[in-house]
Amino acid sequence: MTDVAAPAATVLTVEATVNGQRREAAVEPRLLLVHFIRETLGLTGTHIGCDTTSCGACAVLLDGVPVKSCTMLAVQAAGSEITTVEGLQQGAELHPIQQAFREEHGLQCGFCTPGMMLTSVALLAENPSPTNEEIRWAISGQICRCTGYQNIVKAVQRAAQAMREA
Amino acid sequence: MYPASFDYVVPTSLEEVVAELADRGSDAKVIAGGQSLIPLLKLRVVSVGSLVDINRVPGLDGIEEENGELRIGALVRHKACERSELLRGRRRLLGDAARLVSDPLVRNRGTVCGSLAHADPQGDWGAVMLAARASVVASGPDGARTIPVDDLIAGPFTTSLQPAEVITEARVPDPGPRASGTYLKLERKVGDYATAAVAVQVTLSNGDVQEAGIALTGVGPANIRATAAEDALRGNAPDDGAIREASRLAAEAAEPISDNRGTADYKRSVVRVFCERGLRTAIAAARAGEEESR
Repeated sequence: MTDVAAPAATVLTVEATVNGQRREAAVEPRLLLVHFIRETLGLTGTHIGCDTTSCGACAVLLDGVPVKSCTMLAVQAAGSEITTVEGLQQGAELHPIQQAFREEHGLQCGFCTPGMMLTSVALLAENPSPTNEEIRWAISGQICRCTGYQNIVKAVQRAAQAMREA
Repeated sequence: MYPASFDYVVPTSLEEVVAELADRGSDAKVIAGGQSLIPLLKLRVVSVGSLVDINRVPGLDGIEEENGELRIGALVRHKACERSELLRGRRRLLGDAARLVSDPLVRNRGTVCGSLAHADPQGDWGAVMLAARASVVASGPDGARTIPVDDLIAGPFTTSLQPAEVITEARVPDPGPRASGTYLKLERKVGDYATAAVAVQVTLSNGDVQEAGIALTGVGPANIRATAAEDALRGNAPDDGAIREASRLAAEAAEPISDNRGTADYKRSVVRVFCERGLRTAIAAARAGEEESR
């Protein structure tokens, strides 16, 4: 940037728990949560799709609740617990939702998948036996351009079953 | 996309919020859910000197009923309204509308009062609150004042709020025991702006319409109260003829423009049909309430 008129930016410290780890960084207030996650923390599993609050590729869990991380400031997440797709896998073991997306071919290009899985995890935490309609409703803020959603719904049902039986 | 630089403060009391707003002048803006404001900042349609974040102010996140009056605090998210038991039955207009606001992820962050302060002609809550004859309470340097939503909405994206005022709650009056309403919205896809939407609220007394509220979304430069349609119902039996006439008048009150969501004539027809459907639903539900209270 060569904009000499730009005022000196304020910098604030953000401290948050990301995937169970305490993370801290000095950021400008205008930094979006998604850029904090991807660029400051290097967790690139969270994707940027439309950048206009339409597609949900950037969905993360904020204190367990799915939000669009492109439509939130990093400073607003101070003190929160954030879960990204990198936080799903435990050790060598895939999370049941990841296993189910794999088994049911719930993804093709994979771009929407992190957000779809996180929203599904939040849904299943609240409603362990959702109907197909409830699954479609829960992911209706997210766009998949490959699957036609059929296999995503199947994957969520499969994960629900696996988690109920676990 | 990045917003341009701004200062950011997170007050922890209402007094501090008002003091920060007063101090920072008219290029400071309140942020709550940010689901409209952040996209506008990113697109650089809006620029601000400072954001005053009210998310850490305690006591603003409740939905409460007191002496029949409902209060929705400034930090109540759409999702909380979608789930609230208070927003069913007589107050189902609000519950029905909440689940149609944008998409589930946006509803987890966005707030009712923020939507009112944003005054988007496509905003759902403006029409809902007009139909429900609601007010907002705004706090500023001179104290708090109550503003009917009719007076709050001054035009497209324009309210009668002063620069140092912040909405602290919406207040929805008691609709009475034999009342109900609903919100009907046509959208091309989840999260799109409404092609058209209609909010209706009716209160019955001895079988007649005692009070009616009808307001429109997305068919004019602001949310529109369909006054003539309300007048046509008030004091009359809610029969087929009255419903049809009110719906015709509601369509007449609409000022739609032709765009990629449909022609002006089409949108006007949607208003008429949705008003009719909404009134039938609301009247049937209010009658059921009338039966119960006998």
